[in-house]
Amino acid sequence: MTVSQTSFGSHEPVLEIKDLTVKYRGDTRSTTAVDRVSFSIGVGEIFGLAGESGCGKSTIANAIMRLLRDPAEISGGSIRFGGKDVLAMRPEELRRFRWQDVAMVFQSAMNSLNPVMTIGDQIVDIYTTHAGYTRKESLRRAAELLELVRIDPARLKSYPHQLSGGMRQRAVIAMAVALKPSLLILDEPTTALDVVVQQEIMAQIKELQRELGFSVLFITHDMSLMVELSHRMAVMYGGRIVETAKAKDIHAAPLHPYTQALMGAFPPLTGPRVPLTGLADGVKFSNIADLQEVSPAHFVSPLPALQGAQP
Amino acid sequence: MRFILRRLGFYLIAFWVSITLNFLLPRFMPGDPVSRMFARTQDRMQPEQIEALRKLLGVDDRPIWEQYVGYMHNMVTGQMGVSISRFPTPVTEVIASQVGWTLLLGGTALVIAAVVGNLLGILAAWRRGGAIDSALPPFLIFIGSFPYFWLAMGALYLFGVTLGWFPIRHAFSDTIEPSFSWEFMSDVGMHLVLPALTIVLVSVGGWMLGMRNTMIATNAEDYITMAEAKGLRPGRIMFRYAARNAMLPSVTSFGMSLGFVVGGALLTEVVFAYPGVGYQLLNAVQGLDYPLMQGLFLTITAAVLLANFLVDILYVRLDPRVRAN
Amino acid sequence: MTSSIATTASTVSGETLAGGTPPGTLAGNTAGTPDGGAGLPPGASVRRPNRSLLHGLLTNKKAMTGAAILFVFIALALLAPVLYPDNPSKITGMASQEPDAEFWLGTTAKGQDVLALTIHGARSSLFVGLTVGFASTFIGILVGLASAYFGKFIDEALSLTTNVFLLLPGLPLLVILAAFLPPGLGTVILVLVVTGWAGSARVLRSQALSIRSKDFVAAAVVTGERPLRIMFREILPNMASIVMGTLLACIIYGIGAQAGLEFLGLGDVSTVSWGNNLYWAGNEGALLTGSWWVFVPSGLCIALVAFSLSLVNYAVDEVTNPRLRKIRKPKPAKPGKRASA
Repeated sequence: MTVSQTSFGSHEPVLEIKDLTVKYRGDTRSTTAVDRVSFSIGVGEIFGLAGESGCGKSTIANAIMRLLRDPAEISGGSIRFGGKDVLAMRPEELRRFRWQDVAMVFQSAMNSLNPVMTIGDQIVDIYTTHAGYTRKESLRRAAELLELVRIDPARLKSYPHQLSGGMRQRAVIAMAVALKPSLLILDEPTTALDVVVQQEIMAQIKELQRELGFSVLFITHDMSLMVELSHRMAVMYGGRIVETAKAKDIHAAPLHPYTQALMGAFPPLTGPRVPLTGLADGVKFSNIADLQEVSPAHFVSPLPALQGAQP
Repeated sequence: MRFILRRLGFYLIAFWVSITLNFLLPRFMPGDPVSRMFARTQDRMQPEQIEALRKLLGVDDRPIWEQYVGYMHNMVTGQMGVSISRFPTPVTEVIASQVGWTLLLGGTALVIAAVVGNLLGILAAWRRGGAIDSALPPFLIFIGSFPYFWLAMGALYLFGVTLGWFPIRHAFSDTIEPSFSWEFMSDVGMHLVLPALTIVLVSVGGWMLGMRNTMIATNAEDYITMAEAKGLRPGRIMFRYAARNAMLPSVTSFGMSLGFVVGGALLTEVVFAYPGVGYQLLNAVQGLDYPLMQGLFLTITAAVLLANFLVDILYVRLDPRVRAN
Repeated sequence: MTSSIATTASTVSGETLAGGTPPGTLAGNTAGTPDGGAGLPPGASVRRPNRSLLHGLLTNKKAMTGAAILFVFIALALLAPVLYPDNPSKITGMASQEPDAEFWLGTTAKGQDVLALTIHGARSSLFVGLTVGFASTFIGILVGLASAYFGKFIDEALSLTTNVFLLLPGLPLLVILAAFLPPGLGTVILVLVVTGWAGSARVLRSQALSIRSKDFVAAAVVTGERPLRIMFREILPNMASIVMGTLLACIIYGIGAQAGLEFLGLGDVSTVSWGNNLYWAGNEGALLTGSWWVFVPSGLCIALVAFSLSLVNYAVDEVTNPRLRKIRKPKPAKPGKRASA
């Protein structure tokens, strides 16, 4: 709970998502991966998005940068970034928007780095493309960038496979902040790493965020990590947001049974028997209703959805 | 380095196998073809030449292991006997006069096919469902289904005999003296067009499809998504990120396909009476020239192995991950 | 909503085809990939991919086109003695006649009926192609499975042999072998198998290796199943599509290489086959005299058969690797189509 709350609560959202719907088109039918999702992120705010694998949270991240590929497609809703309509951008505009305005740290650093290019060249690519620097100038800045994430600049000449997992992820983070974007998407940035390295990486991100002041969309299934880092958060299930509130509120009083299960809460002593920890045992929620505000800034999908809880 | 040494060892084994095969074939095949050859050609030869050939081909009273050791020694030191169809030229000399033409034909065709095929593959994968991707593969598969020699026959008939655009046989005109003059070179070039075109046509589809399919797999990699997220220009993503990685399996198959190209070149040479090792090999077979046959087989094998080794060295330069271990 | 998420995963992994799983079982939805079937009895984990492969092929345009062409040629080969009961090499007309009403494809320089030669040629060419294809694939399967199952020294030795054979240039080796062996159909087949098996062995080995490392194989080993049973009942059925692809490639190789060998005059020149037809066409100077009808039909037949096999092979790839499938414009789902699956 050490996060600085100073920048929280700005009324000018950096990112505003309304009723975003993403479908995967199959040969004979399509499935909805993200279903009418809305949220916004303020300037300097860290917004967490939690949920199990396959709930659609990474799809949202990719949708924001318009990285979705066939058969996935955005079939409804809007994404606005700093007042601009992301979904209406033309290719060249989109290309400039990427990484300059929004950058992303992908789940696995090993797979997101080009195995046949040196780390240096992969950073230089960013500067020469977006900032128009010469190669020499780009290399100088790349070295600074590596120092920022405490990697020896000599590593510029290294290939991805020559770095440790933690170092690779730090290099990717360095790349992400290269152009000082106003929003950074972290898509499970520490999943593939061991606990000690995880802590280092998170500390690194917190430090950079304090220094550079960017907003963050933080995606993870690790609730403790999320509560620790985020100002506000949303919990997703089956392509829908079931609950959203300040992180500390959700931590203190999760309302939706699914959130409770994620937080490892105990079942209530009275009321209907709800298998809270039984997410793996075939508990399904269906027809999740729209969010309703139950207390200031705390929205929950109403409980009638529970009727569909028993399979 | 260890990778290179391991590959080198492997090629040496492969070469040893081909020498051994050469050694065993005339000795253990039914029907005794070698005696037939001697019966046909004996009267033209000196006694010591007959003796040398007997040793080479195993019509010989020494114990088999002694023959084997002697044979290995002869092959390694390049003593492959004399050619019978081109009597009394030594086999090595006959081969030396042919090998350049095959290198020219095979090399030209291979490089053109690989470059064009890979570029088409890259473009097809990059624009899935576009014109190149949907129309070209079935067409090229169809062209690739024709036997090399048949396409060669068709090209010869159409462009050589009927239209008369290109010469139909040999590597250069009989009327021109070989020299480094422009006249001679352009004559060689004209003679090269049809045979090379045939090989390119048959093999380009394989390159294209191979590259296309690896490109499609590569395009699904996270680092391509990241490159897109980085807002790089499409051309740069296509070549520096996608194709650069997809190329690696292509380089490996480049070495593998050399053997096929040699085979294709062989048949094409026969159709165009192109004076390379393939054409010579057929002549040797028809003339029951077993020493020349063996020498040619060994030469071709050695060339293919050497080319593979060069490709390995190239591969190490292209893939930093191999360099490390 | 929830069910749609479960199928999202399966759509992405390409296992949407065929109604193999009973409706309503969400948990086992992604089974059919070998690791998903770990806990199932061998039969269950095995049959699904095969059935979806077959179903995929039956609904694939390329596969069906290929199969149709192939069917025509097989029918022609079988009916040849009925259509042309005479010996096709018999001289029946004038030399080098252009195609006309009597000889639809003209005559050779000797005066043989080209159509009769072409139709009879299908017999030998298809027979050799199929025999070589099946034999090479069979050896490939044995080598691949043995390599993968036993590993260690056996794998090392088999891989080395395979790679050496793969590296030796095929056609020159073919020529050398054929030159030393007594001529005949048996020699042709033997020589083609010797030079052709390595390619299939290499592909099948790597596939067998990846299946060998799956949990259900480990489980079978632990429960003490016999090696042969594990190889042929557990591993092999899961390689169905690769085996099929290899078989098709080997048949193509067999037909093409036979033609090449015969064209060089290294086959049995007395039999009638497409390759020999072309050998005679070349020998009798069909090209220089402009008798295109002598060499076009046999070459075209070889190409069509190889093309049809390639089409089926390509379709197998498409069906098993959804990424290669043609991208279709999204269209409304047709409810009737799935119900028939």
